[in-house]
Amino acid sequence: MKTASGWERLRAWFLLPAWIWMAVLFAAPFAIVIVYSLLTRGGYGGLGLPWTLENYQRLADPLYLGIVLRSFMMAAATTAICLLLGFPLALFISRAGNRKNIYLQLVILPFWTSFLVRLYAWLFLLRDTGLINTALQHLGLIHDPLPLLYNDGAVLLGLVYGYLPFMVLPVYATLERLDPALVEAAADLGAKPWPTLLHVILPLSAPGIRAGSILVFIPALGAYLTPDLLGGGRTVLIGNLVQNQFTTARDWPFGAAISVGLMALVGVLVLLMLRSEREGLV
Amino acid sequence: MESILELRNLVKLFPNQRAVDGISLKIPRAGFYSLLGPSGCGKTTTLRLIAGFEQPTSGEVLLEGVVVNEQRPYQRNVSTVFQNYALFPHLTAAENIAFGLKRKNRADIARKVREALDLVRLTGKESRYPAQLSGGERQRVALARSLVLQPEVLLLDEPLAALDPKLRKQMRLELKEMQRRVGITFLLVTHDQEEALSMSDQLAVMNAGLIEQVGTPQDVYLRPSTRFVAGFLGAVNWIDGIGLRPEVTRISRTLPSNGGRFRPATVTGSVFLGNCVHVLTRLESGEDAVAEIPRTNGSYQAGEAIHVCWNPSDEMMLP
Repeated sequence: MKTASGWERLRAWFLLPAWIWMAVLFAAPFAIVIVYSLLTRGGYGGLGLPWTLENYQRLADPLYLGIVLRSFMMAAATTAICLLLGFPLALFISRAGNRKNIYLQLVILPFWTSFLVRLYAWLFLLRDTGLINTALQHLGLIHDPLPLLYNDGAVLLGLVYGYLPFMVLPVYATLERLDPALVEAAADLGAKPWPTLLHVILPLSAPGIRAGSILVFIPALGAYLTPDLLGGGRTVLIGNLVQNQFTTARDWPFGAAISVGLMALVGVLVLLMLRSEREGLV
Repeated sequence: MESILELRNLVKLFPNQRAVDGISLKIPRAGFYSLLGPSGCGKTTTLRLIAGFEQPTSGEVLLEGVVVNEQRPYQRNVSTVFQNYALFPHLTAAENIAFGLKRKNRADIARKVREALDLVRLTGKESRYPAQLSGGERQRVALARSLVLQPEVLLLDEPLAALDPKLRKQMRLELKEMQRRVGITFLLVTHDQEEALSMSDQLAVMNAGLIEQVGTPQDVYLRPSTRFVAGFLGAVNWIDGIGLRPEVTRISRTLPSNGGRFRPATVTGSVFLGNCVHVLTRLESGEDAVAEIPRTNGSYQAGEAIHVCWNPSDEMMLP
């Protein structure tokens, strides 16, 4: 009994750094954001009383709802494309035998450099005088440069590129644990490769697909760097809207209100997802 | 006898192992056939070659006289009961049983599933998931899932290994009875000689990728053709190059007078096994012999001088 409680105490101590981290870097800033969102914008971008809910009321403006909807669609499309690209890749890696680790390293290779640097690399590839357009022009395939940059497509490309590993890794983890005998059993019972994929592999990798979708969808919903650089300001998503409020617009209370709204939205979505998991719907 | 399944010079080489080293077998229709051998003898690989999970390096697998080497597992009309059953965890018992019927577009699925559940006595548990079933129940779902497809051959890969010993003995009888009832050819792979002897109509004993002997349980137990078979199927006393099973080895304090063979020996100990006693002896020639005698035949003390004796007809002559 004595040793057990000793372990309990030790475990509490081990958790302490995490608690401090969460308190200082998550709970406190979040509390500040909530407080800001309830204040009024000051004369030169500062903050002041009185307390108000007006910032939240402004969120109902069709202009902002449109941005929320666009962000939502963009995040959903990113998630769907990441799944379409990531699932076959994860399946391939899980069956690659002793080359698995090499392929996994390749998947996380992009993390070796900063995301910002990698986005600039895309700029160099996609811009009018970039690698792709120059090459196509030299080959005589096109006359004028293709509009590859500063549009929704470029933003989507950047988001998929950035978040693909977050889909591949959890899906790989579930496929890796999938008993190969189940796939053999399916074939043994007369299932051809596609039905095996559809009726055995896919349902059994649902936990990984769910985790990967959450890991891609949430950051894609709040992304601002990718739409900022590759969308060139033309593609405004929630992340850019928040950023604008804190920088050019100097409307911190409204920026804070949007942030809180985004968090609430994400929270509700994750809860729905977890509930569907519990009820075995997904 | 017409054979439903035939293996011709089957060879399977792995990078550093000759798993199956050229085996030929004819497996008769509608019987219970076993491949018996120690772990690593190639019996499971042989089963996987028949199911189509592995491609042979050379040789042929014939099903109903047709070479099926090129057929994928889903094209072969054989079905496997896997060692750990490999039930689909996201499907209920009934859905597991219906899986193959749906993939093969068979008619009357609901009725066939009901009958299969009834056959393995799982009616009432059809909507349970594998995780909610006991080991024995899971095995019966695996059996039903394969049998419902009416395969030409049912392949069973150590199907009883995961069960506890008591259930294992009961399932031996059930499997044998099930085979008789459905009339499908069963091919069992096992390393348990008692299992193979008690269930099989015929068996093949394998060792190191080769078949050592094919025969009925009586053939291989009473008339083993190699020392390996003799030793793998049960204990053997080796006396002057002759093999004797402990249960036909007797001991006597006086010189036997019935014309049997005998050797003078000394008791070195005894082991009480409940239903019988194993008396351990050492012959004057230095060889050890164990005699399995009824518990009621009195007790022998270590150091006692006795005679080990036997009937010539019980001798196993081996090369």
